[in-house]
Amino acid sequence: MSLLRIENLSMDIHGTPILKDVSLSVDPGQIVGVIGESGSGKSMTAFSVMQLLPDGTNCAGRIALSGHEMLTLGERSLCRLRGSKVSMVFQEPMTALNPLKPIGEQVAETILIHERTSRANAMHRAAEALARAELPQDRFPMSRYPHELSGGQRQRVVIAMAIALRPNLLIADEPTTALDVTTQAEILTLLKRLASEDGMGLLLISHDLAVVADMADHIVIMRQGEVVEQGPAQTLLREMRHPYSLALLAASDHVPEREGQPQDMPLLRVRDVVRDYATPRKGLWGTPGTFRAVDGISFDIRRGENLGLVGESGCGKSTLTRAILGLEEVQAGTIELDGQPVFTGHRPNRAVRRRMQVVFQDPYGSFNPRWTVARLVCEPFHLADDPPTGAARDAAVAEALESVGLAASDAEKYIHEFSGGQRQRIAIARALIIKPDLIILDEAVSALDVSVRAQVLDLLADLSDRFGLTYLFISHDLSVVRSITDRVLVMKAGKIVEQGETEQVFADPQHPYTQQLIAAAPQLPDDVRRLAHEH
Amino acid sequence: MLRFALKRLLSLAATLWVASLIIFLSLEIVPGDPAAFMLGMNAQEDTLNALREELGLNQGPLQRYLGWVGGMLVGDFGTSYTYRTPVAEMILERVQVSLPLALYALTLSTVIAFPAGIWAASRRGRAADVTVMGLTQLGVAIPNFWFAMLMVLVFAINLRWFNAGGFAGWDAGFFPAMKSLTLPAIALALPQASILARVMRSSLLDTLSEDFIRTARAKGLTRAQALWRHALRNALIPVLTIIGLQFAFLLAGAIIIENVFFLPGLGRLVFQAISARDLIVVESVVMLLVFAVVLVNFVVDLAYAAVDPRLRGQK
Repeated sequence: MSLLRIENLSMDIHGTPILKDVSLSVDPGQIVGVIGESGSGKSMTAFSVMQLLPDGTNCAGRIALSGHEMLTLGERSLCRLRGSKVSMVFQEPMTALNPLKPIGEQVAETILIHERTSRANAMHRAAEALARAELPQDRFPMSRYPHELSGGQRQRVVIAMAIALRPNLLIADEPTTALDVTTQAEILTLLKRLASEDGMGLLLISHDLAVVADMADHIVIMRQGEVVEQGPAQTLLREMRHPYSLALLAASDHVPEREGQPQDMPLLRVRDVVRDYATPRKGLWGTPGTFRAVDGISFDIRRGENLGLVGESGCGKSTLTRAILGLEEVQAGTIELDGQPVFTGHRPNRAVRRRMQVVFQDPYGSFNPRWTVARLVCEPFHLADDPPTGAARDAAVAEALESVGLAASDAEKYIHEFSGGQRQRIAIARALIIKPDLIILDEAVSALDVSVRAQVLDLLADLSDRFGLTYLFISHDLSVVRSITDRVLVMKAGKIVEQGETEQVFADPQHPYTQQLIAAAPQLPDDVRRLAHEH
Repeated sequence: MLRFALKRLLSLAATLWVASLIIFLSLEIVPGDPAAFMLGMNAQEDTLNALREELGLNQGPLQRYLGWVGGMLVGDFGTSYTYRTPVAEMILERVQVSLPLALYALTLSTVIAFPAGIWAASRRGRAADVTVMGLTQLGVAIPNFWFAMLMVLVFAINLRWFNAGGFAGWDAGFFPAMKSLTLPAIALALPQASILARVMRSSLLDTLSEDFIRTARAKGLTRAQALWRHALRNALIPVLTIIGLQFAFLLAGAIIIENVFFLPGLGRLVFQAISARDLIVVESVVMLLVFAVVLVNFVVDLAYAAVDPRLRGQK
C-alpha cells in the first residue's frame, strides 16, 4: 500500500488555478523526484501534502497519507501529523531556523510538541537526531545558535528536526539548491541514507534533472500545474515521450554554439593580486587582524575568450570580481585592462571602468523597481564622458534591447512586467549599451530555469560572436561552466589551484580539490546525456 | 556580552562629552546677560559687575566650561541665577515628578500596545485588525493636550474622580501621588501606545512571513504557538527601538501636558528657566536629559543583545 497517494489533486488560490489533476504516489522507502521549472506547481504539491497553504487556497481531489485523508482533516489533527508523520526540509537553510534559539532547543521542540515527555529526554533525543544528521555533540554542541553554523550545517539541523520523530514521509523542497556542490552531494547522500535506514518515503522536489536522476527511484515531471510524464527513473529518462520532458532534458545539458575564436592577445591581465579585509579587533585594545580573501592571484583573459571561474562560497570569487571592476582597491598586485590599470592612485580609473560591465545573479533584486527599463539600461552611461541624449539615447536603448531579443517598445515598461529570464536579458542589455570589451557574468544564469538558462546561454554566445565580447564567467555550476567556457580557473581559499582548457580540466582534473568538485557535481548518466544531445 | 557592554559604555561617555560641549557652546551664543536680567533695567554697572563676579560670568569660557563639567561630575550643578537655590535641588524635586510620570506613561503604553499589536497581527485583515488599526490611527491623530483637556472635563469636572491638576507629592503617600499622575500619564500614553501597537503589528507580520515560521509550522506547531514561541521575540527589536525613543521623549517632551495639569515637572522647569535667562539651569537640565537619553539607548542596546544572540559577538 502506498504511503502517500495524491489523486487528481486540483488547487486554486483566490480563483487562480495552480494545480490540475495531479496524481502521484510514494511507497515506504521509495524516493520520488518531482522535477519542474518555476511555476510548475511542484512546491505547491509539496505544501498541499503538509496542508501548509496560503489563505484563499482551494483544494479538490484526494491526498491520503498513511490512511489519513489530508484534505478533510481539521487544523488540530493536521498539526498532530505535521512533524510526526510527515516532515519537510526547505530550500533556504540560512533562514529556515529561528535565529534566536539554540539548535538543540529547536530540534527538541519537534519532540516536545508531539509527545508528553520531559525536557531532558527530548534534549537527549534531539542530540541523537543531530548525530544522525551528522552533527555530533562533541563538535556541534546543542547550545550553538544558527548563525554560528554554515549553510550546509544549518540544513543538517533542519533535517534533524524533520527526522527526530522518524516520520513516514519526508518532503524535501529543493534541499540543496542554495548549497555548494560538495555540500550538496553530502546532504543528498545523507537524505538517501536516512530514507533507507528508516524505511521513510522521500518526496524530493528539484529543478535539477541531474540531482533527481541521481537520487530518485521514480520521477514525476511537472509543468504549469500538471504532471506531464512520470515513471520509474531507470526507464523514464531513456524513454521519455512528452515533448516538454524532452525539451527539459535537452536544455539541462545544453551547449551553445560559438563561432568566434579567442585572439592571442591578453585583454585583462591580473598579476599577484592580494585583497585583505580587516577582521574585528581581539580584545578591547587589541589590533585588528586581517583576512586574506584573495591571495596572490594571477591570470590573463584573452580578447574574445570565455573564461570560467569556479569555486565554492567564500573562496574569494566575488572579492576578485569587485577588484577587477575597480570597486575596491587591492592591497598588492596589478589589474590591467588592455594595458591600463583599473585603479590609479587610490581612485578607480573611469576610462577603464567603462570598458567593463557586470551582470549579477539576481534578476529580481538588481533593478530599481521605480525606474523605466530605458532608464535602467542607460545607467552605465554615467561612466561615459559624453553620454548620448535625446534621440541618440533612445536609439542606443532600442539597439541594446533588440540585440538581447526584446522589443524597442519595452523601454517604457517597468521591471515588474518581465519574467526572470527577460530581466536577465535586460541586465545584459544594460551591460551592452556602453559597448564594453569585457563582461563579467557573476552567477548570471544560476537563478534561471533550465530552458530559460539555455536561451540566455545561446544569447550570450551569439552576442560574443557579434560584438567580439570577452566574458569572465563566474559560477558554482560546473555543468554551465563546462558548456560555455574555453578555459577555466578553479579557486579555493583565495588561491587558484588549477587552470587550463575547460575540456582538459574537466576530463582530467589534476588538483585533488578539482577532482572533488567534479565528482560531487551531479551529472546525468552518459547514455542519457547522449539522448539529450540528439534532441 | 561583557565586552559588548563595555564598548557601549565607552561610546556613551564619548557622546556625553560631545553633548556637554555642544550645549555649553550653543548657550554661549544665546544673547542676553543673566546678571542684567536678574537685577532689572535700572541696575548700576558696579552692582552688575559684582553679580557677574559672584556668578562666575567674568571668567573665560574654558574656565566656566571646566567648572561646570567638573561640578556636575561631583553632583554640583551650580546655583540658579533667578531662584538662588542649588540647581541640583531644583532638578531633584522636578525629577520626582517627571521620572515617575514617564515610567507610568511608558508602562501604560506598553501594556496597551503589546496585546493590541499582537492581537491585530494574529487576525490580519479581519475585524480585530481593522478595529485596532482604526483606533491607533485615531490615537496618533488626536493632539494629546486636547485629549488631556477632554479627560479633565469628563473625569475631573463631571465625574469628580480625579483632581483637575496639581501634584499631591510623594509625602502624601504612593497612591494619592500616582492618582494625580494618572490622567497626565494616560494623555501621554495614548499616542505612544498607538504608534507602538502599529510597530508591533507590522514587525510581527514581517516576522510571521519568515521562513523559520514555516519551519515551525511544519514541525506541527499551531499558528498561535508559532507566533508566541518563534515570532514574538524576533519581532521585538524594532519595538524596543521605539520604546527607547518614546521614553526619552516622555521624560522631556511632556511640557504641554505638564502645563495642562499644572505639574511641577522638568519640562516646565526648562521652559521657565529659558524665559528667565537662567542659563545654568537650562544647561544642567538639558545635560541631564541628554544623559537620560544616552542611558536609555544603552539599556536598549543591552536589551537587543539579550534578545538576539547574534549581537553578543563571537562565542
